[in-house]
Amino acid sequence: MSGSGDIFLRAMFVDNMPLTLFLGLCTFLALSRRTESAVGLGIAIIAVLGITVPLNNLIYITFLAPGALSWAGYGELDLSYLSLIAFIGVIAATVQLIEMLLDRFLPAVHASFGVFLPLLTVQCAILAGSLFMVERRYDFVESVAFGLGSGAGFALAVILLGALRARLAYADMPDGLRGLGIAFIMTGLMSLGFAAFAQMVAI
Amino acid sequence: MANTEVFWAKLTNPLVRQNPVTLQILGICSALAVTTTLDTALTMSASLIVVIVASAGIVSLIRHHIPSTIRLIVQIVIVASLVIVIDQFLQAYFFDISQRLSVYVSLITTNCLVLGRTESFARNNPPFVSMTDALGNGLGYALVLTIIGAVRELFGTGRLLGQQLLPTVEQGGWFQPLNLMLLAPSAFFLLGGLVWIVRSLWPEQVEPSEFEAPKAGETGP
Repeated sequence: MSGSGDIFLRAMFVDNMPLTLFLGLCTFLALSRRTESAVGLGIAIIAVLGITVPLNNLIYITFLAPGALSWAGYGELDLSYLSLIAFIGVIAATVQLIEMLLDRFLPAVHASFGVFLPLLTVQCAILAGSLFMVERRYDFVESVAFGLGSGAGFALAVILLGALRARLAYADMPDGLRGLGIAFIMTGLMSLGFAAFAQMVAI
Repeated sequence: MANTEVFWAKLTNPLVRQNPVTLQILGICSALAVTTTLDTALTMSASLIVVIVASAGIVSLIRHHIPSTIRLIVQIVIVASLVIVIDQFLQAYFFDISQRLSVYVSLITTNCLVLGRTESFARNNPPFVSMTDALGNGLGYALVLTIIGAVRELFGTGRLLGQQLLPTVEQGGWFQPLNLMLLAPSAFFLLGGLVWIVRSLWPEQVEPSEFEAPKAGETGP
């Protein structure tokens, strides 16, 4: 249990997706102009990462890993080169499914997510979650912790940046720096701050 | 001939004026992660250019046969297949670079730049124009990556493409390597600075201010 707790904290603070691994930056910067949209994006990311990473883990272990098909009598097959297409298919299907379920049963929540859910299909952070899960050989419990932890880390970072940029709208700064330029520099400063967490989880 | 001018404009506009990275915030995810050294930045740019040109060509060739309801899935599958080919090619011939790029080559699949071009341009235009447009955007991306990769490698280690240009202190020279350049934050600072430079030179790219400051002496509401 302490193992998965460590993985959760590590994914949330040390290997923070946008700030230290540069993943999902497009949506990170595009949707952090307003604090409300940042909160919506953060919640959507936690949900999608928390579901797709464990799901892809099951698929990888049962079908794609080297020798995984031995239960079907094809022990010598190594289908891991197909994992990219399988993962992106699973992610697209999961996002679509979550969207339909929310629309049917929780329309208020669906309306608050708005456009963020379909966007997440092509978000690097989501796909990278599954790819890192394979590269680091997590088992099922660990991948649940990793998915939720990296989602929470992304949400934390995007909400913080959203709050900062909402204040910066009133700042007087050089013309060329307004908007995207200052957002990059703020992200860099936050990234420096998160570097302080590097010693927090000892693995 | 007007036709050549159109192609030329499609090719050169995305380099600076419509640069996908500094103006449209597309594809920065991978732009920052692979720029600690120049050779990974160049490899990444080359892979992206191959993928974006080929996928724009393919999507544009079959654009009349894709039902619009499932077009995203079709495009993603095309891009993902091309990325797998590139990934296997790099693993076969450039193994150590592909190890250092780790998952970022696979992440070209979800690079907003590739899908953005196929979705907004190649889907509605004939193949040759689409491929020129894709090549232009790929080169614009490569330009930013090369600049940031070169700066980070030169000032972080004193080397460029593995050649020692600035003699470091450990080797008896004068250059003290800036370790910050090799860490994540420097990439953000450099890109922010680059955006600033570009927007100062081309003021039409400046974003409008959301809030007008009150004049001096004016009282607030």
